[in-house]
Amino acid sequence: MSVLTKQAAGAAALPGRGGKPGRAHGKRKNQRSGYLFLLPWFIGMLFTIIPFFASLYLAFTDYNLFTEPNFVGLANFQALFEDPRLLQSLKVTFIYTFVSVPISLAVALLIALVLNRGLQGLAIYRSVYYLPSLLGGSVAIVMLWRYIFGNDGIVNGFLGLFGIQGPAWVTDPEFALSTLIVLNVWTFGSPMVIFLAGLRQVPAMYYEAASIDGASRWRQFRSITLPMISPIIFFNLIMQLIGSFQTFTQGYVMSGGTGGPADSTLFYNLYLYQKGFTEFEMGYASAMAWLLLMIIAIFTAINFIASKFWVFYDN
Amino acid sequence: MALLESPPKAPIKRGKPAKQADPEDALTGTTGTRFSRHLILCLVGLVMLYPLLWLISSSFKPSNDIFRQLGLWPENWDFSNYAQGWTALDQPFHVYLINSLIVVVFSIVGNIFSCALAAYAFARMEFTGRKLFFALMLGTLMLPGHVLLVPQYIIFSQLGWLDTYLPLIVPNFMATNAFFIFLMVQFMKALPKELDDAAQIDGCGPFRTFLRVILPLCVPAMATTAIFTFISTWNEFFGPLLYIQNQDLYTVPLALRAFMDSEGQSMWGPMFAMSVVSIAPIIGFFIAGQKYLINGIATTGLK
Repeated sequence: MSVLTKQAAGAAALPGRGGKPGRAHGKRKNQRSGYLFLLPWFIGMLFTIIPFFASLYLAFTDYNLFTEPNFVGLANFQALFEDPRLLQSLKVTFIYTFVSVPISLAVALLIALVLNRGLQGLAIYRSVYYLPSLLGGSVAIVMLWRYIFGNDGIVNGFLGLFGIQGPAWVTDPEFALSTLIVLNVWTFGSPMVIFLAGLRQVPAMYYEAASIDGASRWRQFRSITLPMISPIIFFNLIMQLIGSFQTFTQGYVMSGGTGGPADSTLFYNLYLYQKGFTEFEMGYASAMAWLLLMIIAIFTAINFIASKFWVFYDN
Repeated sequence: MALLESPPKAPIKRGKPAKQADPEDALTGTTGTRFSRHLILCLVGLVMLYPLLWLISSSFKPSNDIFRQLGLWPENWDFSNYAQGWTALDQPFHVYLINSLIVVVFSIVGNIFSCALAAYAFARMEFTGRKLFFALMLGTLMLPGHVLLVPQYIIFSQLGWLDTYLPLIVPNFMATNAFFIFLMVQFMKALPKELDDAAQIDGCGPFRTFLRVILPLCVPAMATTAIFTFISTWNEFFGPLLYIQNQDLYTVPLALRAFMDSEGQSMWGPMFAMSVVSIAPIIGFFIAGQKYLINGIATTGLK
């Protein structure tokens, strides 16, 4: 309705406006300064768009940074699918993503629901849970993780209290990745804060009406809370997926840059780094970058399509 | 639907206390549920903080005591880890702190300056292509950075910027961080439109309106940008790893990484000490700027 009135007002104002040259002049001036304000951003966009297409071109070349790029067609992409380390890096990244993202979102939502009940000390709890998400990507914490899960680390020390001999988490290929999954779950605070903000937006009257109707807690959660915050869940899911696909520091620091033991922490971006910047196979690295871009795009698209069936938009 | 399922009389009888209980259960509830809820939340919080507390406590323990000691209170206090760690690498540790600080300060200035300019144009000006550019900007939010990596590295190396901080700083002056633009756009849109009109009537051009009227009102959004830039730049590992080879130019994360090369049990204490030094500014900024951080992620979903 507001659109309609606006249009009507615009139409009414139109004849008058056409006659005033001063106004037109003012608008043109605004036009120019608009671009002026965006000037840094335009330069930044050039710096995004040119590399974007340049890397697409490089993906079809053999390029080592020191000689001219040599066009090789689809050879890089063919090589990708025959490269066991690439498949391994995809496997590592997928396991990491599809295990840690659902767990951390579930924990984030659960804690947000409990906090949203209006407990005293909400701000303190929120801060305590949020702090780790600021530190999770720092070298200091990943190094700490290495020692916490070390052979003689505190995790095994704790298990020892119960007479359990813990594995050598960091050096055992079977367990190394799980330590990083724990690290990622430890940073559930940032989706939690977003959930909390979303829960605040759900009108209290819905719950009041539902409890008058005698709906149980669980029923209220399923029929009110979940649909109302489904756009937030969707947003968190997309952002966490995109972020998790691009994990680098954790794998690098945990394994000292190798992706070991036995490539068990060889994240996709870590392998891309090794190919591009230690072996200087820039063409291959570009092809890898585009493959990941396509994978992320496909997952995002699937999510958007699937969202039609479970995300509820109020208006 | 719930009404149909429940017996006819029940809603009235059960509904009333339930309605009162709901908001209250939250605040007062029965003492039992309230207590158990706090207990669970405290336990979870303790588990969350335990690694950090253990790190801090270990930095005061002699290296031999560190492992297998689950307790947080050092039996033997040892402050020498800090002195030892400070001088363990090629340069004293404050060199790395200063290096990081240089990158951080310029990144903050660049982000605030360029993102505020772009946000003002998007939020409060009319010009052809605004919607298209805005959509493009939002598109870059989702663009994974690694796609641009190789060509950007080539450009920087041809500019002779390797082993300088320029590749880490300059992009921030070009509004490449769409998150902050988006944050400021949201903030600026909420300011009343009459402000611009009034300033214009008083003879302010767009730039003066921006500088004198809008920007002073955007201090909270700029604070959020500054704190997030601080934290992400301070933690940033990949960029420095890629562009900085010279050990004298190492930022803090690279320096910490260098501790792992000189691994050996005797180095654990000093390494933990320097880890504490490296995360202390983040915790400090977090405590000082919590309000801005929480508001920031609530409005944009920033990490």
